[in-house]
Amino acid sequence: MRAASTFFWRRPHWYLALLLVPPLLWFGTVYLGSLFALLAQSFYRIDDFTAQIVREPTLATYKQLVTQPANIDIVLRTVTMAIAVTIACAVIALPIATYMARYATGRVKAFFYVGVMLPMWTSYLVKVYAWRQLLAKEGIIAWVFGKLGLSGVLDTLLATPGVGGPSLSSSYIGMFLVFVYMWLPFMILPMAAALERVPGSLLQASADLGAKPAQTFRNVVLPLAIPGIAAGSVFTFSLTLGDYIIPSVVGAPGYFIGMMVYTQQGLAGNIPLAAAFSVVPIVLIFVYLSIAKRFGAFDAL
Amino acid sequence: MPSRGQFDRPSWLTRIGAFAGLAFMHIPVLIIILYAFTTDDRTYQFPPPGLTFKWFEAAFARQDIWQSLGLSLSVAACATVIAMVLGTLAAFALARSNFRGKDAVTVLFVLPIALPGIITGIALLAAMKLGRIEPSFFTIVAGHATFCLVIVYNNVVARLRRLPPNWVEASMDLGADGSQTLRYVLLPQVATAFLAGGMLAFALSFDEIIVTIFTAGKERTLPIWFFSELFRPRDRPVTNVVAVIVIAVTLLPIVLAYYFTRPDDEHETAR
Repeated sequence: MRAASTFFWRRPHWYLALLLVPPLLWFGTVYLGSLFALLAQSFYRIDDFTAQIVREPTLATYKQLVTQPANIDIVLRTVTMAIAVTIACAVIALPIATYMARYATGRVKAFFYVGVMLPMWTSYLVKVYAWRQLLAKEGIIAWVFGKLGLSGVLDTLLATPGVGGPSLSSSYIGMFLVFVYMWLPFMILPMAAALERVPGSLLQASADLGAKPAQTFRNVVLPLAIPGIAAGSVFTFSLTLGDYIIPSVVGAPGYFIGMMVYTQQGLAGNIPLAAAFSVVPIVLIFVYLSIAKRFGAFDAL
Repeated sequence: MPSRGQFDRPSWLTRIGAFAGLAFMHIPVLIIILYAFTTDDRTYQFPPPGLTFKWFEAAFARQDIWQSLGLSLSVAACATVIAMVLGTLAAFALARSNFRGKDAVTVLFVLPIALPGIITGIALLAAMKLGRIEPSFFTIVAGHATFCLVIVYNNVVARLRRLPPNWVEASMDLGADGSQTLRYVLLPQVATAFLAGGMLAFALSFDEIIVTIFTAGKERTLPIWFFSELFRPRDRPVTNVVAVIVIAVTLLPIVLAYYFTRPDDEHETAR
């Protein structure tokens, strides 16, 4: 044992290799191997007559993806939702993150951190299910609106063309609410972490120089919080882009990228098209990551 | 900590926004717990017309729920063990070392959580189809272990990076060899992060649906059972009860993990 440990201490490369080979082997075969398989499948195509997968490299599947207007609609719909959800999450998270990072102390602070972590880690499916109940026609949201005498407001909202529907649980408004709820903690935590790092001396300097609290917030705190917001937005954007459970449980009948991947591989058995569709979010996320990187997202992760 | 003079008070808007936001995050979960006790078995009517315990009895009598629960627990246990071993190895390898290609390896180890879960799922399925591998217990475990590994790696590597490097040097200077340093210096420091990573990995695996659907074939983990119930709501009260059970099973390890890693932990203050 001692001899072995001396051997490895003297030869750090061997030690490193010994540690790194098992996890890399796992990742290389299971994960990277799968990603390559996915890429390979996206260059196959499905034969229209036999419904068999033809294993010859072709761009036919990608051509089908980009030339059918329905597919373009799906991509645009998903990206619009992802951007809307990201903005809403940032707006709602800002006061929570500001309060927990800069004002709360001791027990209140701990209460806030636990209060954000607990719903984040509560079962994903259970939360989706809970929202289906909240948004149902006879559910709690409709009940609250009724009690407040605001049923008319809800009906007007649901009558909005494009985003409305017969009930909240079958409208894009409902789906949007669920997405915002689900990813909110992923925005709050990096934002709070960035705000925690704002040095108190800067705030004092700003106040000494005559800035009102609102001015200090806008000109000093907010710019320093941008990396945190960018980091959080990577999660909210990426998670919305790939989700297929929420659009299939709550919301209007229009397809989203994730649902398309799921349906194509399942009922249709069209793995090549599903694979090509799943390349779309990968590309979008890499584009988004390169933008977020400019705002310092990686320093705040 | 900034000093808190008159200039640094939260505005009412911030205060209201913060507490309202926190309430927004908790109400749905509280409501679902309330619904497990409702006497109404047809709609999502609010407020519930009455309260009862009978759905718990009904759920405990269901064999399919027990089977799915058992499968989910064993998948989570296997995936967690694999992830704890491989994730810790990776963390020890990457925490302090420098070698060519290290950045690429580091990015690789966060990809499964940076890319949406559906990518991991469809990629595993694409590979299984190409390699003619039938979906089974083992394919579920393989998928779960991959993203659980990332969680364990993140926890352990964060702790290792916070350890002062001179502790290892001090230990060596005092005559300890590599294995003694590992045993008496590094492992005790990393132990809680290691356990916390394992707990989080277990909770994540137990609750996973996005990847599992692609790799499970005919196997039904508890989340898959739950997901299929969402589309055939005939047993709605039983589904409500399972929701409460799932909340309990996932939150227990999360709370433990929190106590292992909270910032006022003695390991942290000893820094």
